[in-house]
Amino acid sequence: MNNKMNIQNVDLYYGKFQALKNISLDIPENEITALIGPSGCGKSTLLKCLNRMNDLVPGCRVEGSLLLDGQNIPDLPDVDLLRKRVGMVFQKPNPFDMSIYDNVAYGPRTHGIRSRKQLDAIVEQSLRDAALWDEVHDRLSKSALSLSGGQQQRLCIARAIAVSPEVLLMDEPTSALDPISTAKIEELCQALKKKYTIVIVTHNMQQAVRISDNTAFFLLGELVESGKTEQIFSDPKDQRTEDYITGRFG
Amino acid sequence: MKSETVLQPVSENSPNDAGSLKNTSKSRRARDLQSRFLRFLTYGFAMLTFSLLLYMIMDIVIRGIPGLKPSLFSWTYNSKNVSLMPALINTLYMVLFSLLLSIPLSVGCAIFLVEFSKPKSRFSEVILMAVQTLSGVPSIVFGLFGSIFFVRFCHLGLSLTSGALTMVMMVLPLGIKTTQEALREVPASRREASYGLGAGKVRTIFRIVLPGAMPGILNGIVLSTGRIIGESAALIFTAGTLAKAAPDLLSSARTLAVHMYALSSEGLYIQQTYSTALVLLAVTIALNAASGLAGRLMKRKNDHE
Repeated sequence: MNNKMNIQNVDLYYGKFQALKNISLDIPENEITALIGPSGCGKSTLLKCLNRMNDLVPGCRVEGSLLLDGQNIPDLPDVDLLRKRVGMVFQKPNPFDMSIYDNVAYGPRTHGIRSRKQLDAIVEQSLRDAALWDEVHDRLSKSALSLSGGQQQRLCIARAIAVSPEVLLMDEPTSALDPISTAKIEELCQALKKKYTIVIVTHNMQQAVRISDNTAFFLLGELVESGKTEQIFSDPKDQRTEDYITGRFG
Repeated sequence: MKSETVLQPVSENSPNDAGSLKNTSKSRRARDLQSRFLRFLTYGFAMLTFSLLLYMIMDIVIRGIPGLKPSLFSWTYNSKNVSLMPALINTLYMVLFSLLLSIPLSVGCAIFLVEFSKPKSRFSEVILMAVQTLSGVPSIVFGLFGSIFFVRFCHLGLSLTSGALTMVMMVLPLGIKTTQEALREVPASRREASYGLGAGKVRTIFRIVLPGAMPGILNGIVLSTGRIIGESAALIFTAGTLAKAAPDLLSSARTLAVHMYALSSEGLYIQQTYSTALVLLAVTIALNAASGLAGRLMKRKNDHE
């Protein structure tokens, strides 16, 4: 299995505070990698480094190397192109205040696709891939804000995959959703990993077990343990991992 | 004319007041009396404010209605037809011209302050201070400045242009502040979503942030319009008092408010002055209603289309 991304000896500082300490982790292609750990352990921070959303945080400094297909992410000249290749789904559904169609078409339009026919095809395909097409195909011109929370989150996924990214980052994508919507999104992740490499941050350990191939456990800015999900959850090597997954803290 | 804030009941005797364990009945009665008195006082002030406003409006309406004759709206102003039409047209010119210049300036400045400048940078601090200061300057000072700078120094004369430029300076702080607030209110999550899709800063601002801030920006435009319509002092010194619909941008033009001032200081046409005031009032109310309606329509459009 190829590694899509390699994270090597990464340290990250917010001003003087060190949020990530010497992290090394490989992200295999076409698999789902779950980042777990208690709040404030740095898992979302690491995720944001992968498409340089941390550039928006003043005083944030990264050392070490984050490789995407062998290229160092912090050195890439075109951050917009990077974010096209590494898409992101956020914790809370954040559709734009526009129609469903325009939401999905926003990304492709950003990257220069103007032809209506092409856009129509992309919108349909993305919505189908996000398992939302059947629910919304007859009201594409309605406001995206009229959708339910779960539908909005799937719309955000459709919007993210409409620019045909290579990697999909998901920052606790189901934490604001009900169980049924959560199940739909988890199912969707399984389907999506055939096309994309997925990195998902989750608070929910059952979710990590259900959907991920690999798991990395973070604690206080350190990567405690990483490996195949079955191994981490059945036979953790580190006592802290065991304590966390058996619910002794966190 | 909502007075809800004033009408809130004064908090009644709070049960967990530590000091009221002894002499409860006595102190309670005292507090009761006190709260009743305070409530009476607030009601009183609310009514006073309301009746003052009502009196003013009624005074204008009652005295103004008899003067609403066709002559008041004839195309030219002379001693037979004390018409407000030229002034009304000039007001329209003044508003359009001033807004045309002030909207791009204030929106551009606000975008710079909110989206581009580093918060706390020296440059943005200076701009903010200038904006604060400008907003506190009395309009007559703008008038004097306009009269010295635009009218004399720039040789624009007493004209629509001098007046509009002065108005631009006057409403700029308002426009910048309202736009700034509107831009800040656009949720950060929308910006992140746009950046996350690989959209650059400029595209994010124009496609996501500005449309989201539009209701707030519109509100600022309406407030600015109100300021321009209501302004008299600054315009007397810059746009002059010629009671003719301005044929070009360099001719003097009296607006409705200036017209009212001129009529009342001449003292010959008090009746018409009141009628003019009535029309001015109606225009202002219509404007507010229109802006409210536009805001609601836009919101509905955003929500359900």
